[in-house]
Amino acid sequence: MEAYGVGVAREEERAGTFFHVDQSTLYSSVNELFKGKIELMDIREALQRYEWLSDYMWNAIQESSDFFTKKVAEDLSGGYFLRILPGAEVLFPLQSCLMITQEGMEQRIHNIIIAEENSKAHLITSCLQHSAVGKATHIGVTEVYVKRGAYLNSTMVHQWGDETVVRPRSASIIEEDGTFVSNYICLRPVMDVQMYPVAYCRGKGSKVIFNSILYGHRGSFIDAGSKAVLDGSESRAEMISRAVTREGSKIIVRGSIEGNGRECRGHLECKGLILDDESFIQSIPELIARSKSVEITHEAAIGRISEKEILYLMTRKLSKEQATSLIVRGFMDASIMGLPEALTAEISRIIEIATKS
Amino acid sequence: MDYLLEVKNLRVELEDRLILEDVSFGLRSSEIHVLFGPNGSGKTSLISAIAGLPGYRIVSGRIIFMGEDITGKSVEERARLGIGVGFQTPPEVTGVKLVDLLKLCLGKGSEDEFSAEEIRLIEHFRLQGFLNREVNVGFSGGERKRAEILQLLFLKPKVMLLDEPDSGVDVESLKIIAGEIQRYIESSGASALVVTHKGDILDYIKAKYGCVLLNGKLYCFTNPKRVYEDIKREGYEGCIKCQMKGEEKW
Repeated sequence: MEAYGVGVAREEERAGTFFHVDQSTLYSSVNELFKGKIELMDIREALQRYEWLSDYMWNAIQESSDFFTKKVAEDLSGGYFLRILPGAEVLFPLQSCLMITQEGMEQRIHNIIIAEENSKAHLITSCLQHSAVGKATHIGVTEVYVKRGAYLNSTMVHQWGDETVVRPRSASIIEEDGTFVSNYICLRPVMDVQMYPVAYCRGKGSKVIFNSILYGHRGSFIDAGSKAVLDGSESRAEMISRAVTREGSKIIVRGSIEGNGRECRGHLECKGLILDDESFIQSIPELIARSKSVEITHEAAIGRISEKEILYLMTRKLSKEQATSLIVRGFMDASIMGLPEALTAEISRIIEIATKS
Repeated sequence: MDYLLEVKNLRVELEDRLILEDVSFGLRSSEIHVLFGPNGSGKTSLISAIAGLPGYRIVSGRIIFMGEDITGKSVEERARLGIGVGFQTPPEVTGVKLVDLLKLCLGKGSEDEFSAEEIRLIEHFRLQGFLNREVNVGFSGGERKRAEILQLLFLKPKVMLLDEPDSGVDVESLKIIAGEIQRYIESSGASALVVTHKGDILDYIKAKYGCVLLNGKLYCFTNPKRVYEDIKREGYEGCIKCQMKGEEKW
């Protein structure tokens, strides 16, 4: 199951394990250790069990948004409902696996996550594809609700195949003093990813952080952006991305921060490395203000690796290739993600494997 | 006795400009040569040419390292053979942590631990608080130099080429840096070429020769402290004239 061994190694350290293989849910279990702290079940089962859940379904995101959301609304393959109970602290990551094992299949997922008031959780989602599978499509709708005072850190690690088309469609609503950290890591070659998650900071003092580490290689196309709508007063948005392109890959990094509420703040940072003349990288930042009390900043830099740094490392007995991969690895710094130490180390290990191969 | 490093009639160009006209010298095991010279005289170029940094075109002459002609070898090959360079202004390496670079210098993997002696040296260089920081990013002048020399010591080179290890360094740091260089030279039998503008470092290292690089040529004399005193009194040119009356080595 573990292609790169995403998440922490030991089963008992996972709050809940959920494998979504193909279009049917094979396995869903909640670890005994975390009983009373979270609820995790199939989305269809959850909708039957909780009548109120229909208020959350297609609420943060409209089913008519685009071609892909319509597809999911028409014919759902599955998905999960995850609820972190009020005041619960789930310090170990929840691991959910969404897997494609059949050639030519189109996976249509709808997930709902609710972080109840004053809860605190780290969630790791790993989407992966069986190595024997070629062409496939993944459409994933995820709606996230972060209630008053809750903290949710969600890390998505994509490990698709190079003939896979991926269309995640995510949106979140964050209430007063709630914090949502959304990390996206894409390291394996992928044919085509396009995503633009939106966070609505509705509550006073609500906060969203989008971090992404994108490694485009072997002709990958990655169009990954994020948008924050700061409606609540004193709400905050931070977007940090690191993008590396090589071997004829294209990466477009979009970012939009819309400051509507009083005294809201936002910062957008994009750093890109382009390693050859066949590749492409584009940064499209967008800052919008609707109040004079709004302050939003932006910084972006795209460049190549400095020859001086490479030579410096070569005087330390490294070959040019080793020096380059060391700098690329360092550039894709997992510590920007605000994860617990063990997870940062795990993500760093994955980055190391991806950049070596 | 054979030389560890021998430079023979080296003529070097940088961007089509002749920097070194005719430079010859030799370093034996456990020897330290101190190199003086005015700004722009080619001290850094000499170190760069020996290290094999690109841009420094060797027009003629040869660099022999442990009996092997390395004039055409790459930076990495020379480093692997045992030529260690301590840069005057080491660059910032964003994203690479000092701890990881130190382990690479030692030939260790990222999971390997430092030995007790290695930890002692890190602490002696007062760098324990810098291990998880990016290499040279936000380091002061002295911190950069301490980190630079520690990397070199971990590389265990046979020849150290040190470009102003004492510039921008406080008295205490200078004591640490120079003291450890001397200790390494004594214990390993390696040798060093040390570029400096100041005489203070001579109190902590036992230099055998004092050399002056002027107008593309190198002059080496047997008493480094006197060379330094002469430079202070007579200037570079005057020092060479004055010293020439005595014995010139090369």
